[in-house]
Formats: sequence, C-alpha cells, structure tokens
Amino acid sequence: MNPSELIQREDTTWEIPQHAAMHVPVRIYASESLVRDMDDKVREQACNVATLPGIVEAVHVMPDAHWGYGFPIGGVAAFDAAAGGVISAGGVGFDISCGVRCLLTDMHAEELTRVASRLADALYAAIPAGLGSTGRVRLSASSLDDMLTGGARWAVDRGFGTREDLERIEEHGQMLHAKPAAVSDRAKRRQRDEMGTLGSGNHYLEIDRVVEISSNAEDAAAAFGLRRGDAVVLIHCGSRGLGHQIGTDYLRDMVVAAAGFGIQLPDRELACAPIDSELGRSYLGASRAATNCAFANRQILTHLAREVFEEVVPASHLRLLFDVSHNTCKVEDHVVDGATRQLYVHRKGATRAFGPRHPDVPDALRAVGQPVIIGGSMGTASYVLAGMTPERAWSSACHGAGRAMSRHEATRRWRGRTLVDDLAKGGILIRSPSMRGVAEEAPGAYKDVSAVVDAAEAAGLARKVARLEPMIVVKG
Amino acid sequence: MWEHFHHGADVGLRGRGPTLEHAFAEAARALTAVVTEPESVRQTLAVPIECSARDDELLLVEWLNSLVYEMATRRMVFSRFDVRIEDHHLTATAWGEPVDVAHHQPAVEPKGATMTALRVAHEADGWIAQTVVDV
Repeated sequence: MNPSELIQREDTTWEIPQHAAMHVPVRIYASESLVRDMDDKVREQACNVATLPGIVEAVHVMPDAHWGYGFPIGGVAAFDAAAGGVISAGGVGFDISCGVRCLLTDMHAEELTRVASRLADALYAAIPAGLGSTGRVRLSASSLDDMLTGGARWAVDRGFGTREDLERIEEHGQMLHAKPAAVSDRAKRRQRDEMGTLGSGNHYLEIDRVVEISSNAEDAAAAFGLRRGDAVVLIHCGSRGLGHQIGTDYLRDMVVAAAGFGIQLPDRELACAPIDSELGRSYLGASRAATNCAFANRQILTHLAREVFEEVVPASHLRLLFDVSHNTCKVEDHVVDGATRQLYVHRKGATRAFGPRHPDVPDALRAVGQPVIIGGSMGTASYVLAGMTPERAWSSACHGAGRAMSRHEATRRWRGRTLVDDLAKGGILIRSPSMRGVAEEAPGAYKDVSAVVDAAEAAGLARKVARLEPMIVVKG
Repeated sequence: MWEHFHHGADVGLRGRGPTLEHAFAEAARALTAVVTEPESVRQTLAVPIECSARDDELLLVEWLNSLVYEMATRRMVFSRFDVRIEDHHLTATAWGEPVDVAHHQPAVEPKGATMTALRVAHEADGWIAQTVVDV
C-alpha cells in the first residue's frame, strides 16, 4: 500500500477519507514501513467494509493487517442495530473465537531447561496436534449442546481446570445467549472427535521465557505476575471443526439472503444480514456457541498441559493469566459523540483490549488494563501487552505477526527438518507431526512481530508489558 | 491440471480442464495438495458426494466445502474425483484413504472454501474453477 495515497493523521495513524459508497472513513494504525508492506487488497477490503449498512465511526485496521476474505485480517468494524446495522459471518471468519491464552508457571525458565527435552516429548504425546488427530473427550448430542452453552464453565464443571481460571477468560469463560439449536448437525458432527485438539497451521502450544519487561510497564507486569526470566505457557487455537462449519454454513446462507435484505454487496464475501433479522440473530447465537466451544477447547488443552507439568515438573503451578479471542462479534457499549451506544463489534484477526478501569477487566488487573496476548512465530517472539485509555478502535489491538508470504513460497524456501535442527541449536525445541507444516510456519514467513507491537503501542492501542521468546513449541 | 495461486495468509486453488467437471475435479486435487501430495494418496475407499447451488461458482464452493467436511469427519484424504454436473447440481465419487500421518505428512487443515477470487468460467483453452480456501 502506498502511504502517499493516505492522509497521515498522526505518526502511526493513517486515514482513507469517506468516498464513493463508503459511509465512514478507514483508519489504519501502523508505521510507514508496515503500511508500505500491506497488500493493496487491505485497502480495497477495508473500503468495502465501510459501505456496509449501519457501520459506526470508522473501519479500523490493525498494524498486522493483511489480505483476508471480505474483511481484511486485522479489521475492526462496529454496527448499530438501531441504525440498520448488520452482522457478518465473513467479518468474523471461519475460526470463530480463535485465540491465545497465557499461563504463568511460577518457575524460572532455567529450571525447565534441564528437563526441556522430556517436557517437549511429554507435551507432544499429551496434546493432540495436527490434521487427523482426535481428542480423548467424546461428546453425546446432549453433552455437546451443554458444552456449546457452558463454554469453559462446562469444562471446569467436568474437572478441566479451576474456578479461578474462569475469572481470567473473556466473558468469564461462558458466552451467554448461545444458541446450540442454530448450529447445524454437520457442524456438531465435525466437532464430535475434536474436543481438546490443537488443530494445525499456525496453532500451537509453546513454553516461552520472559526475556524483557518494559521499563514503563512494571506496574502492569507486577499485576499480571510476569517476571523476567520466568517460563510461561501459550496456547493458540480456536473452535475447531464446529466453528469452521458454522462459518461455512452462515457465509453461504448470508450470500443467498443478502439480495432479499436489499443489501448491495461489493464483494460476496462480505455476506451479512441485518442484526435485527432472524438470520442475523441465528448467526449471533451460533457464533456465541462457537465461542463457548473455543473456550472449552482451550480449557481442556490447559488441563492436559497441567497434567504434563505435574508429572515432569512437580514444583510448577500453572495459573491462567488471561485468555483472549481474536475472531469475534461481540455486543459492547461504547461512547460515540458523547452518547453510550450498544454496538456489534466485529474483530477479525484483532484482539479486544480494554483499558484500565473497564468493568469487564478482572478485579486484580483492572488498575492496569486487560492483558493482550500477541503470538509471534515459533522462532522469534511473542508479547504480552495491556489495554490503554482513552479507547481507540473500539478498544482493539493487533493479534499476531501476520504472514509475510504464502505457504507455497515458505515451502520453496525452507525445509522443515532443517528448520527444526537449526532452531534446536538455538535452544528452541520443536515437536510436530508434519515437517511440511513446520516449513509452512517458518519464522521467516512472518512479519516482524516487534514492529507490529511497537506500532500498536505508538498508536495508543495497547502498551508493551513483556517480550517472550520460545523454548518449546508443539505445532499442529 | 491444478495449481495453487498466491494469497498472503491462505491458499488459492485453481483447477483447469476441458470440461466443467474436469476443472472441478482438478480444483479438488488442488485442495488435497494443501494437505499432502495427491500422488501419495491411495484410492482404497470411495465416498459419494452430492451438492447443489444456484450457480456454478457457488457450486464450486459447495463442492470444496463438502470435501472439507468429508476429510474432517472421515479423517481421510482424496486423490481421484469422478464429477458429474447438471443444472448446478453435482454428484461425485471421491476416492482416497484414511490419513496416515507418517506417510502423508499432513500439513495444514483446510477450514472452509471462501468466495475470494472465486471464478468458474469457460476460457479459450478450456474451463477454469478457482477460489481461496481458509487454512
């Protein structure tokens, strides 16, 4: 994207003014070099989103944005039902409520290096990862519906984790008003064997070392329980086959129904329905069920990781710092022109990032803001940020590094086995069922995550708290 | 003939052939190639597939999504596809085998077919069927 075609409002804030059929402008939060590296399709897709009915204020584009389908990945848009606003399956994506959680271990990373190889092997054996893997939790039709309603709370009730975990998950681990009846039989069938599985692609469970605490964020680090040198666990995965099938089902239904709603779509992938319609309400209920599935899935994986740690490192104690989702549509109150309005905020490849004093941030963290967990690649770094005030982009921040090249190009440039060996020499142990999968996820295939979080901080989206570097990575 | 075309985060699939049916079958092989080498997949099991849509482009999306569903729920990969299409209604048989992790080295799992870069058309040198799948 050519920065000279944008209006620069601040160092890291750029604008595409409202024009043609757009109802609102587009705001891009990024450094000039990140803007330059963004695909022109990001601009085209963000401008298309700005034409949808009932959109409020602006389309916001995060620093890690890239070409998606319909919405750009890293796109944030809010709609008002009272203004004829819409809800979009393409605006959430296929992997509904895909997200990352961070667990504190109460262990210094050095204490784990002695058992690193054993720990990596044990985690790889315990965590079902990769295409074709199955979970050990099999659900009957009625228990599946209970899970879709109960989320992580359902999982905790069955012994996967603790009550304390629930306070450290968005929505307290249970998305209310989920509608299992709005989820197709095919979606439920796809989930039957996939509870407690990691998935593949960019999904992972990793152990990281806290290598740096930002000097101006020591208050947040203390509140989060992050100390330099400590080991933490990150789990990145989503709503598995159930979420993918809900995305598939409703994308199709919304494409077919759009004309009947009188919605002119500049791109079929922007398929949407009025929030105040049966189809819109049905999708919202189904996507909430998928969010509960993602919560439950990450909760079961947490339990499996805890079992491994108890066996290999008995002195450890895995406490959940926080769990964020980054493919969501959530109903939130925001102040617009001095008035509080209820908005349907779509975040596609973007993380909610509530600032200090927000009532939805857990009590123990409220003074410093919500933790925002940014997963990087398996060879570079991840970050923990904290939400800021005043809120920008509907209190949203980036979600990861973002891919810099296609999977095909990555496999042309790298060999999985060589990557695994090279990373091992640098102290990073990779365990994966697929060497081709490792090559596709090569660290060099991703953008510079540090540049992304620097831009997020400079733009006032979220402030840096800690930098994490990987020690052990289980890849799907 | 099939190929993958560039899409930053996901994968573009393109099938070409002398008929619409051939192009759909080749697009399906391109889908398999997201996961593993189609040549590595033995044809030991046959799975019937049927779907329809209001036009051939949406039919391509339905076809690929039907395959994603069968791959996910049967834990299979496919390498041969006999496709028949009449009035935007598709019936097909897909041959393949259960996923064998050591043998297939499955890479990324397709989540669903999108409508990005979706195109089904008859060109001078035959039919083309393409779209992007989310992985």
